[in-house]
Order: sequence, then C-alpha cells, then structure tokens
Amino acid sequence: MRIRLHFRQYVLGLAGVIAVAATGPALAATEIQLWHAMTGALNERIVGLTEEFNKSQSDYHVNPVYKGSYPEALNAGIAAFRAGNAPHILQVFEVGTATMMNAKGAIKPVEAMMKEAGEPFDRAAYVPAVAGYYAAPNGQLASFPFNSSTPVFYYNKDAFAKAGLDPEAPPKTWTELAIAAGKLKASGQRCGYTTTWPSWIQLETFSAWHNVEYATKNNGFGGLDARLKINSPLHVRHIENLANLAKQGLFTYGGRGNAAVSRFFSGECAMLTESSSGYANIKKNATFKFGISSLPYYPDVSGAPQNTIIGGASLWVFANKTAPEYKGVAKFFSYLSKPEVQAKWHQETGYLPVTTAAYELTRKSGFYTQNPGTDVSVEQMIVKITDKSRGVRLGFLPQIRDVTEEELENVWAGKQTAKAGLDRAVQRGDELLTRFERGNR
Amino acid sequence: MNTSAVAGQKRVVFSGLVLPYLLLAPQLIITVVFFFWPAAQALWQSLQMQDAFGIGSEFVGLENFTMLFSTPEYLASFRLTAAFSSAVAVAGLVIALVLAVMANRVIRAATAYKTLLIWPYAVAPAIAAVLWLFLFSPAVGILALALRQVGVDWNHLLNGDQAFLLVVITSVWKQVSYNFLFFLAGLQSIPRSLLEAAAIDGAGPWRRFRTIVFPLLSPTTFFLLVVNVIYAFFDTFAVIDAATQGGPGGQTAVLVYKVYQDGFKGLDLGSSAAQSVVLMAIVTVLTVMQFRYIDRRVQY
Repeated sequence: MRIRLHFRQYVLGLAGVIAVAATGPALAATEIQLWHAMTGALNERIVGLTEEFNKSQSDYHVNPVYKGSYPEALNAGIAAFRAGNAPHILQVFEVGTATMMNAKGAIKPVEAMMKEAGEPFDRAAYVPAVAGYYAAPNGQLASFPFNSSTPVFYYNKDAFAKAGLDPEAPPKTWTELAIAAGKLKASGQRCGYTTTWPSWIQLETFSAWHNVEYATKNNGFGGLDARLKINSPLHVRHIENLANLAKQGLFTYGGRGNAAVSRFFSGECAMLTESSSGYANIKKNATFKFGISSLPYYPDVSGAPQNTIIGGASLWVFANKTAPEYKGVAKFFSYLSKPEVQAKWHQETGYLPVTTAAYELTRKSGFYTQNPGTDVSVEQMIVKITDKSRGVRLGFLPQIRDVTEEELENVWAGKQTAKAGLDRAVQRGDELLTRFERGNR
Repeated sequence: MNTSAVAGQKRVVFSGLVLPYLLLAPQLIITVVFFFWPAAQALWQSLQMQDAFGIGSEFVGLENFTMLFSTPEYLASFRLTAAFSSAVAVAGLVIALVLAVMANRVIRAATAYKTLLIWPYAVAPAIAAVLWLFLFSPAVGILALALRQVGVDWNHLLNGDQAFLLVVITSVWKQVSYNFLFFLAGLQSIPRSLLEAAAIDGAGPWRRFRTIVFPLLSPTTFFLLVVNVIYAFFDTFAVIDAATQGGPGGQTAVLVYKVYQDGFKGLDLGSSAAQSVVLMAIVTVLTVMQFRYIDRRVQY
C-alpha cells in the first residue's frame, strides 16, 4: 500500500512536470490550433502567415498542423470533434461546405463569432462571388474564405502562331474555340483543347457563367430539398458539343482532377481550361509562351457571361471553445483579411484575393502588368452575383462530382448520348441529395 | 478408456483457467479491438442514417442495403470485382508459378534472379501504381507512346478496358513476388528422389510437373489462392486510388474502392458501412467455400 502511494505520487509529480513543460509557452499566449491541408510551397506560406501573425502580437499563438489531403483533414476534424477534441480552426474544401454548414452545434459561424469577439467585420469588403459561396442562408459568412480559385482559359501562344492564329486574340466563345482547335489540328497539333476538373468547370462553373441553374432552390442555397438541373437543354448542348469535338479529335479528355495539365505544358494540347491556382505550375513547366483569358461561353445565351464560381477551401471554426480563444481566432482572421496580407497571398499563390481592397492594392503595385493574365480570374469574379451564380451548395457534393464525371466519361467515350448521360447523372445525384436531406434533418 | 483416445499425442493440461487465458489474452485483445469491435461498429452503422458529425442519426433498418442493391452501378461493381479478383488471382498465381519453376532450375546466378523477382514486393502499392501510370500515361508514358507507334491508341482515361488492364497489371506485378517466394519454397521442399525416380521411369518434364510437382504444391497453391483473393478484394485499393480513382465511368470502381469513396471522401457513413458489411460477408463466404470444397482436394 505504501509503495503504491509513493508510485502514484511519483506519477503525479512527473505528469505535473510534463504539463508545465508542455504548456510553458501557453501560459503567455492562448493557443489556437489550425488544421490544414496545404502542401509544398502553400504549406510554407501558411506557416509563414501564422508566424507573422504570432510575431505581430503576444496574446495568441496560432499553431498550424498539416493533416493530409482535404478529405483526410476533414475526416481528422470530424473524428476529433466526435472525440470532444476539435481544433479551433479547420480548413475544409469547398465541396464540403454543405456538410459543415449542416453540422449544427459543431461549428461557430464566422461572422457571428467576429461580432461576439468585438472584431470589426465588414461583409461588403469581401469579393461577393467569393464570400457568397460561404454565406449562410441569413447572408452571414459561415466560414472564412481562405484559398479560393476559379477556372480560367490557358492557351499556347506559340502553337497559335504556328497555326496562323493571332496569339493575342484567344477564342472568346465555344464556336471560336472549335474553329481555333480545327486550325491547330490542321497545323499538326495533336490535341486542340483539353480540360481539368470536368465537373467543376464544365457543369458547375458552366452553369454560373451562363446564369442557369445547377440545381433547384438557388443551387441548394435555399434548402436541402434542392435537386439537380444539369440535364437542361443548354447543359446537354454543351456536353454534346464537347462530345462532337472529341469525335473530330479537337477535344481530348485528360482525366479528372488536374491530370490534364501535363498535356498542356508538354505541348500536346494547345488550349486548356484549368484553375487559376494552376498558374504557378504551368509557368514553371511550360517551355512556350502562354496566355490566359476568360472562359469561353455561348454568346446566344442571355446573361452570359455572368461570373465563374470558386473552388478551393475555407476556414471553419468549431463550436464550444472559450471566449478568449474565439477572440484569438477573430484576431487571426482580421489579420488574414488585411489588404497587404491578402495581396501578398494572392500574388504568391495565385489564389484569389478575398477582399476588393487586396485586388486594388495588387493592381496599383503593377503586379498584373508584370504578370499578364493573372487578373483574369479576379475580373471574372468582380461582378454582381445572381442567385444562380453564387455557387453550388449541395450535400454529398464530392459524390455528385464523382457521379457526373463517371457519366461524362461515358458520354465522351461514345458509350451514351449527352442527354442520356446527364439524365442519369441527375437521377443518381438526386438519390444522393435525398439521402443527405434525410441524414441532416 | 479416455487415455487411449489421445495415445501417441502429447497433451499439456493446465491446472485452472487463469494461465491459459492469460497466455491467450494478447492475441484475443488484438482480435477483439482491431477486428470484432470495428466489425460490430460497421454492422451498427449500416443500420443508421447519419450526418458526418454524428449529431443526429436515424435507425433505418435495412434501408441502406436495399438502396445499394437497387443501384445499377453497385451491381455493376459486383461483376467488376468478380472479374478483377479472378484476373488478379489467376494471373498472379500462374505467372508466379512459371517464374518459380524457371528460377528453381537456374543454376548460375540463381540468387540474383531470385532477389530481382522478389523486389517488387517491397514497393508500396501506391508507388507501384504511380510507376505503371508513368509508363502508360497517355500524354508522356513510354509504353503508351510505343503502343501508339504500333497503332494502339492507349488512353485509359476514357477506355474502360484499358484502365481495367492497367490496374490488373499493376496489382499482379505487385503480388507476383509474394506468390513466387511461396512457390519457390514449395518447389524446394519437393524431394528430389521422387522426381529422379519418375525421370528414370521415363516421365518427361511436363508429366513430372503435372503428376508430381503440382499435386505436391497444392497446399501452397491453396494457401496462395486464399491470400490472393483477399489481396485482390482489399489491398488493391491503393493501386486503384493512385492509378484510376475508379474511372473511367466507374469501370475500375471495385467494391472496396466504393467503400472509400462514399465513406471517406463523401462522408456517407451509413452507405459506406453497409458496403463494408456486404464485403465482409462476401469474403467470409468465399473463404468458407474455399476451405470446404477446395481444401478437400488438397494433399498435405
């Protein structure tokens, strides 16, 4: 008995020593955990941002932790929440927005948190098409838009010149794109046009760009009972158009995600639609002159071009934290929104600036004249958004993307018509939406 | 008499129950914590419909299952998994057996051959997939470009059969080394005297293989069959994730990949759990079948 007591005392003492050692820095500053999914240069930037913030004041210490890919980070966050151990801030990819927004009681809406913490927050300062994507039904920002990008059009200027096309006049419409692809092919180009992120670019962004619905209920912003609308005549026309281009050898399917990028910088494909955040990668790898332009559209559709929608991720704040911790998170978000911080982030990473002030600052610094084309993404976004162009807020969006991409692949492989493929995509997608509605009631 | 029943066998009897269970405990704990507990959780979750955070859940009975079996894509995934697993298991075993027989006959530099043949096993599945993906990349892969030279338009991004072939090749390549090792060990344990006697009696190499080597190898082959089917069902996940992500058009989305897609990426826990339960049932049935029917024909 006596020995046991001694042992327990020893353990307690040791634990005390460890606790003091571990919480040493935290005595001076409130610790804020930030779980993210950024790798490589982006990881360095996020670490840099937090270090700069930590140095700028002494009350809070933001600790960035890399948690793997986007799905891995989200799963880690969910598991931690279930274990009662959630981080303060979690970076979640845009397709997880509906999942997070419906996690009532698990998250703390950002705008409300900023107000409670007494941090100034002006919603109007944010780029509408960026902030709107993460707005709750009451219009308030639910999460902090951190890294956002949008699809743009890249083209190989050297290949254009070789094909007798004007390198300074990229195609603006899908008809012009088809003509350009034909001329490129005639000049010996193996592939005219290819695309990355088929679902995001050819269906989600396509809908917003032409101001048509992707789903009912304002693309899901109006409620969980939204259903897909991507088998509309315009969608069918576009997918059919791409299938025809594929048959003529003018459009080459390059795979899901951003797999098709390598076809562009290897010179195989002369035109590409890809995220604006792919800029750095293309610039590093392309051995030719390339240009950036806005996404092609169908000019006979009224309201087109409207605006493109974003991809990327936002920062979510978990519920059930203490007031000082929320104060720290709010201060960190204020810091991230500063025009000079945002402008630097935008210029170094290719992600969109979150505030219009950051865009203005970047423009005044002459960055866009030195790096022509990098403002295309912002230009596509800085317009008044509509209910159809705000974004897509659907549950199980990752699966819906998988489903639509499966069906698109079967269309472009010539196995089914565009109409049949999109009808099936709608049917399968609606089944998923029905399930999500039930699970999140 | 009771003792005669066990005559000839040594029997260790523990006095009391504490020590035997104590000795078994580590293994039992591992089995319960890492196998039974998750399996029970999967069973329970498969009867629920739940949001990702587990805030609200609803008991839905077998609805997750009925939904699965009314989806044509899920049924297609069954056919696909059957085709994939048989292709991987059969090709993996045949190629490994041929290589093992050859390597067993090599006299000079035998160790070098054996070492090289075993190497791929040390490669992680995802790395193996990336390797083959590079070779077959429609844009830059040397094998894809070579195929283009001879008139085959290789594009596994759109051609489902080619994508299927790609994941089969990668999975087999990865598993051949493992099978090879066991076959080689099996071959080396076959008594030389038997083979020599057969040779003296005038049996040719093929006949010796068919009537002596193959039957004597049957315990190894049977063991490898079970292992390979389980490998094809579960461990090829990383290969598919890295090479095709289940595409194009779901033509490489085997059952285990769909579990990951729906559960991990899509956070549809009910459906994902139901799929795991189905998978668990299939593997149980397969293993029982293998032991009941094939095991009888195996000569130990």
